[in-house]
Amino acid sequence: MTVEVSSLKELVEQASGDDRSPDTQEYFVNMGPQHPSTHGVLRLVLKLDGERVLRCIPVLGYIHRSIEKISEHMNYMNCVHLTDRMDYLSSIMNNWAVSKAVEEAAGIEVNSRIQTIRTIFAELERIQSHQLWWGVLGMDLGAFTPFLYGIRDREVLNDVMEETVGARLTMNYVLPGGLMADIHPNFVHRVKEFIKYFRPKLDEYDDLLTNNVIIQERLRNVGILSAQTAVQYGATGPVLRGSGVAFDLRKDHPYGVYDQADFEVPVGTIGDSWDRYWVRVEEMRQSLNIVEQLLDNIPPGDFLVKKLNSKIKIPEGRYYSQLETARGVLGVFIASDKKDEPYRLHYRSPNFNNLWCLEPMIKGDYIASLIGAMSSLDLVIPDIDR
Amino acid sequence: MEREALQAAVCELDSAVSPLDANADRAAVVVEASALPAIVRRLRDEPRFAFAQLLDHVAVDWIDRGQFELIYQLYSFKHKHFLSVSVFVPREDPRVPTLCRVHPVAEWQEREVYDLFGVLYDDHPDLRRLFLEDDWVGFPLRKDYQDDFMLDRPR
Repeated sequence: MTVEVSSLKELVEQASGDDRSPDTQEYFVNMGPQHPSTHGVLRLVLKLDGERVLRCIPVLGYIHRSIEKISEHMNYMNCVHLTDRMDYLSSIMNNWAVSKAVEEAAGIEVNSRIQTIRTIFAELERIQSHQLWWGVLGMDLGAFTPFLYGIRDREVLNDVMEETVGARLTMNYVLPGGLMADIHPNFVHRVKEFIKYFRPKLDEYDDLLTNNVIIQERLRNVGILSAQTAVQYGATGPVLRGSGVAFDLRKDHPYGVYDQADFEVPVGTIGDSWDRYWVRVEEMRQSLNIVEQLLDNIPPGDFLVKKLNSKIKIPEGRYYSQLETARGVLGVFIASDKKDEPYRLHYRSPNFNNLWCLEPMIKGDYIASLIGAMSSLDLVIPDIDR
Repeated sequence: MEREALQAAVCELDSAVSPLDANADRAAVVVEASALPAIVRRLRDEPRFAFAQLLDHVAVDWIDRGQFELIYQLYSFKHKHFLSVSVFVPREDPRVPTLCRVHPVAEWQEREVYDLFGVLYDDHPDLRRLFLEDDWVGFPLRKDYQDDFMLDRPR
């Protein structure tokens, strides 16, 4: 058994050295870190033979902010506020994941009003995240109009959430033990209006992209990820469900008040980009159903179970808690040594694990397919680097 | 399987497996480093366990005890149960066999731990820095790590 520490330079030199073919030469191309379709600072080193992708090496770290190290010097209340900078499109769900971990470890019970509001916000956020993804997918494949449609509807939803939360992107709302503020008096009414507004728009989405022949050609049978590979490569969320594995934490290990809501988990069949596309569009419909069911039954009560106390102490031990964000399973690992600061805090981010499915998906396929396949993974780079 | 039953069943697999002697919120076992790949492979392949996915790999620097604890979170889609597998390695010579051949995702999860803790994975196909530059000195998530730009010095 040997241990060898190599570097990217060595890897590239070694790989180009063994090319002895007389006609074409394989070569490396950098895609990113500032490429528009990587949605952030992700760098892909592509080994190409003509237009075919032979290898795809993701290079990470351009937006690494050492959130895990910083958290070791912070109490649990403060850790929450860094998490919405990880996956900024699932910020409230990230807050909730940490809060859930701390509540489970410290034994804090929260009332059903808090849980219901958290669930509603999580689902609204899932919708706005998928709206942005849908628009950007269209743009990646060369259609600019869907982006405008997606952003237009996302603005409507953002206005609704802004009224309660006070922010539009890095929303910071959930705390261990409750919420930062009660919902705005207009909230229920405006969400109902949004649902009435958005349902017909989803059909419009279908007309514009789903039933579009160009989109079908670009997505169907492209980037096929078998169920076995998806599981082995650590995929979760819509990527795993697109491959036909019906795993959703909201159904399999319910948290919040998901057990009170009636909804379905859309599952794909062969795991191509199309299946992942379809799963997300269907999820928007299901999320609307969940919100609609919960909205009229928000129980009365406090929005914070006890007075804000920054000195939450967790008994010694190891705790792992997880939650389904818009992109997959976000796990929070806490190792505690009885202090009010975590001894070690680790985030199992969904994008970090989903990213590695990219290479098995597009190996041997064209660069153009890579763009579509990557868009169907719905990566958020700050969540990968943390 | 229930938590206690699962923990007992896993411990019966091999003499290299023992229950974790610490507070944990799920079934947790300690495995000797040399036996790790074989045990995890059996946990994956035996139908009564069916731990198909390696959810997460995380290291903890227990500097007072001079050890790294490497934790593998396993999940079974079939039985919907969790298992946490811990491996303790000495801080001076942190070496452990890789799990890449059993769970391919370990390749990158282990690279992250190498990058931030300096744990060396035997037989890893592509052990490189993941987040930091290739010429970075030191392993930042170790408790005794220091550099000139730190605002919070280790206490």
